[in-house]
Amino acid sequence: MLLRHTSKEVKEREGLTINPAKTCQPIGAMYAALGIHGCLPHSHGSQGCCSYHRSTLTRHYKEPVMAATSSFTEGASVFGGQANLLAAIDTIFAVYEPDIIAVHSTCLSETIGDDLQQITRKARDDGKIPEGKHVIFASTPSFIGSHVTGYANMLTGIAEQFAVSTSAKKNQINIIAGWMEPSDMREIKLLSKKLGIKIVLFPDTSDVLDAPQSGKHVFYPKGGTTVSELQSTGDSLFSIALGAISAEPAAIALEKKCKVGFETLDIPIGLTATDRFIMKMSEVANVSVPDEITEERGRLVDVMADMEQYLYGKRVALFGDPDQLLPLTEFLLDLNMKPVHIVSGTPGQRFEKQMRQLLDERSPETNFRNGLQADMFLLHQWMKNDPVDLLIGNTYGKYMARDEDVPFIRFGFPILDRIGHSYFPNVGYSGSLRLVEKILSAIMDRQDRDALEEKFELVM
Amino acid sequence: MEANKIYPDPLQVREELIQRYPSKVAKKRAKSIIVNDPEIIPEVQANVRTVPGIITQRGCSYAGCKGVVLGPTRDIVNIVHGPIGCSFYAWLTRRNQTRTESLMDANYIPYCFSTDMQEENVVFGGEKKLKIAIQEAYDLFHPKSIAIFSTCPVGLIGDDVHAASKEMREKFGDCNVFGFSCEGYRGVSQSAGHHIANNGVFKHMVGRNNTPSVGKFKLNLLGEYNIGGDAFEIERIFDKVGITLVSSFSGNSTVSQIENAHTADLNVILCHRSINYMGDMMETKYGIPWMKVNFVGADSTVKSLRKIAEYFGDEELKAKVEELIAEEMPRVKAIIEEILPRTTGKTAMLFVGGSRAHHYQDLFSELGMTTVAAGYEFAHRDDYEGRDVLPKIKVDADSKNIEELKVLPDPELYNPRKTEAELEALKEKGLEINGYSGMMKQMTKKSLVVDDLSHYESEKLIEIYKPDIFCAGIKEKYVVQKMGIPLKQLHSYDYGGPYTGFEGAVNFYKDIDRMVNNPVWKLIKAPWQKAGATNGKSKGLEASYVTQ
Repeated sequence: MLLRHTSKEVKEREGLTINPAKTCQPIGAMYAALGIHGCLPHSHGSQGCCSYHRSTLTRHYKEPVMAATSSFTEGASVFGGQANLLAAIDTIFAVYEPDIIAVHSTCLSETIGDDLQQITRKARDDGKIPEGKHVIFASTPSFIGSHVTGYANMLTGIAEQFAVSTSAKKNQINIIAGWMEPSDMREIKLLSKKLGIKIVLFPDTSDVLDAPQSGKHVFYPKGGTTVSELQSTGDSLFSIALGAISAEPAAIALEKKCKVGFETLDIPIGLTATDRFIMKMSEVANVSVPDEITEERGRLVDVMADMEQYLYGKRVALFGDPDQLLPLTEFLLDLNMKPVHIVSGTPGQRFEKQMRQLLDERSPETNFRNGLQADMFLLHQWMKNDPVDLLIGNTYGKYMARDEDVPFIRFGFPILDRIGHSYFPNVGYSGSLRLVEKILSAIMDRQDRDALEEKFELVM
Repeated sequence: MEANKIYPDPLQVREELIQRYPSKVAKKRAKSIIVNDPEIIPEVQANVRTVPGIITQRGCSYAGCKGVVLGPTRDIVNIVHGPIGCSFYAWLTRRNQTRTESLMDANYIPYCFSTDMQEENVVFGGEKKLKIAIQEAYDLFHPKSIAIFSTCPVGLIGDDVHAASKEMREKFGDCNVFGFSCEGYRGVSQSAGHHIANNGVFKHMVGRNNTPSVGKFKLNLLGEYNIGGDAFEIERIFDKVGITLVSSFSGNSTVSQIENAHTADLNVILCHRSINYMGDMMETKYGIPWMKVNFVGADSTVKSLRKIAEYFGDEELKAKVEELIAEEMPRVKAIIEEILPRTTGKTAMLFVGGSRAHHYQDLFSELGMTTVAAGYEFAHRDDYEGRDVLPKIKVDADSKNIEELKVLPDPELYNPRKTEAELEALKEKGLEINGYSGMMKQMTKKSLVVDDLSHYESEKLIEIYKPDIFCAGIKEKYVVQKMGIPLKQLHSYDYGGPYTGFEGAVNFYKDIDRMVNNPVWKLIKAPWQKAGATNGKSKGLEASYVTQ
């Protein structure tokens, strides 16, 4: 047994988190900044933070993840990190020549009270930022929120610091991507193209974290939202934020600064969430949905109908991040499956309320918890008390899956032991079809494995 | 070395590496980029701060303490006191394998424990939450030991993890609770954390159990973390020749082994950088000499085993060692001879760790490959130039903050295992007793030595030297591979291994052969991108069809 010390008996804890279903804000800020073209993320803290975040993102994507650090030592921690950040800005523009440095704070720099706004202003006043280049920032102390809110904070920083409204409105819609994979972002762009709608998607990590092998390391890959695109978001007709926790704060910032109205939708994972996305897109851009999309949808529903017997009543435990868990749970319910246990380490009443509402309507007996001590240890204990047929979550779930001998689908962040998430989407109708395929394969492989010889089926 | 005939003058290479830096940075970096001369070893600037903004391989003190040294011991509950990230990122990512005897034995390695410090804990102090967490861990698991690791905010807000640990230790009575002040900002790299970990393990663990260990040839394995099962292979070898492994620091280890380590008669050191402090302190307090060995490489393993046998000076042991070598080497030789024609003459670069960049050069030379450039991520001058340089190393502000324990001979347990004369005689025979001659002595003249290599320098080096393989870590892996050069990870072994001993050497030969000769590197260019390809510029199909 890998997790041999996990007992069935659930005891409330107040101090100890075991096997967290979240990580800290700065890694989210780093990921968001990678979705801006020509941008070098910068971690204002100890070297370890930057090293850990780059390592985790690299393991997840199997791609180069470039980022710099203020390399705090004890002296900087006592006297403040301003000198380190100013030196870093000098070095970075001289050596790595980015268009943008996106600075995020850490628990260390926040605890000593470094003010990123003031330091970046000083860098500008001292002439350290070359003409046409930018230094933006976001406050992301690790002792607040989670990686998801860190992502949101960096996106908010990007919106606030780049968007400009001129008098000329542009015939385009902003799509603010909640935490999703490069493949998902590519799919959102593809769907918008099929709808015939011009969008500005930000951030956009496609063509950044799924870069081709070309025999060259392209330090700033082809992808990412450009500065001019970001500036133009202030003149867009409307914003759609995909994800209440990871994307909406940026939409609010954009509305405040440039009066661009917005609506928040779920990340389009699953049939109904994608329906809402397509409906909203068609409504705000005043376009009719092309047959191509209707047919895509039809293929998904077709599979859901044809394979319903394998899905019905299957009990699922899932863990991950709010903006994914909400539409995923809804999709499982649409598939006639049974979400039994749900855990997310990301704190917040907004998510708690939304999930409760969904569950109260359609699955009131589901165990659900988020925030402090809502960890994988608790989830595992719940699974021991109330077993499931399927576990869905990030790579760390494989320890529980193996111990409990439960089929497992990798979904969320981080996925350290498989590829695919950066290439094949989970959003839209085709992404949802892929999800159904994965769920069916996991369940049906298990049926094949466990069937008595006389019950072994050729056709399923 | 042949290298200087093939490659540009290394001094010119150095100029090229630093020319883009702002002048102050260039001046500093130049001192860490050195052209080697194994006869008159030049000084390498090492263990100094990385310039802010430079994309470095380095991590932090916490990573060195919790991640490297304490992480591999399976039955300690390691609670990270701080925000969630630090504990999350060090969760199972270092591949320290461990094997319990039964399912009843404790193994907390697959678990991640954190106090998940919140803003209110930063503002009002986190000690109360820490003590609750320790109590909860005790109630849930009843472990033998609980270790507390401080992350950056902890030191700044003044939480006293040592006082909290002491209070809980006294309260429990049957659980050893101790803390580490390994905040990420201490020192200039992971190295500070190694030292802090050595101090804590020495103070709180070693010497707690005086039960004499059983065995004729008893040693501790220091600086071996059982990545990819390295320690399992070494254990297998020791077992076969009748060497008793009292304790390992810390791969595949348990609390009780470490508590009993002072009953061994020799400490052998693999990773000099991360654990040499322990060797020195145990020498002073208990009279156990330490000896530098290397089990990376088949020939190195043979040499190290012979040295250990020589140390114990026992003919029977020597005979057993020779017997084992005779048994194992033919298979190793058969495999390397088959591989050699495909690897001979190829070149490697190694930029990793604090000892690995040295050890793995042995394996490359067994493969007939030349190391054209190498350097460490977090080593000190003695790892490059040898320990003779120790008295000359200036203690700077960053090193000064890391405690040097004052160790004295134990009034009861100090027992010199060898007399001064015996030790001198062993040194005469080439045993590195209480000594290490460093990496540069082994590297060829005019090879390049670079400490704390930056991303920019690594790309330049690859452009200039076009090595057949580059060895580093996960952050460099895909950067280098995008350039069409295979990268071997020497922290995680690309999830393979073991690479120690005889089995490990064979694994490594096969892996490197596979990597440098993989056909994928020739498939990067699409046919239409190759010289002379038409790519639609010739007469189209339609035209030729029409003319026919």
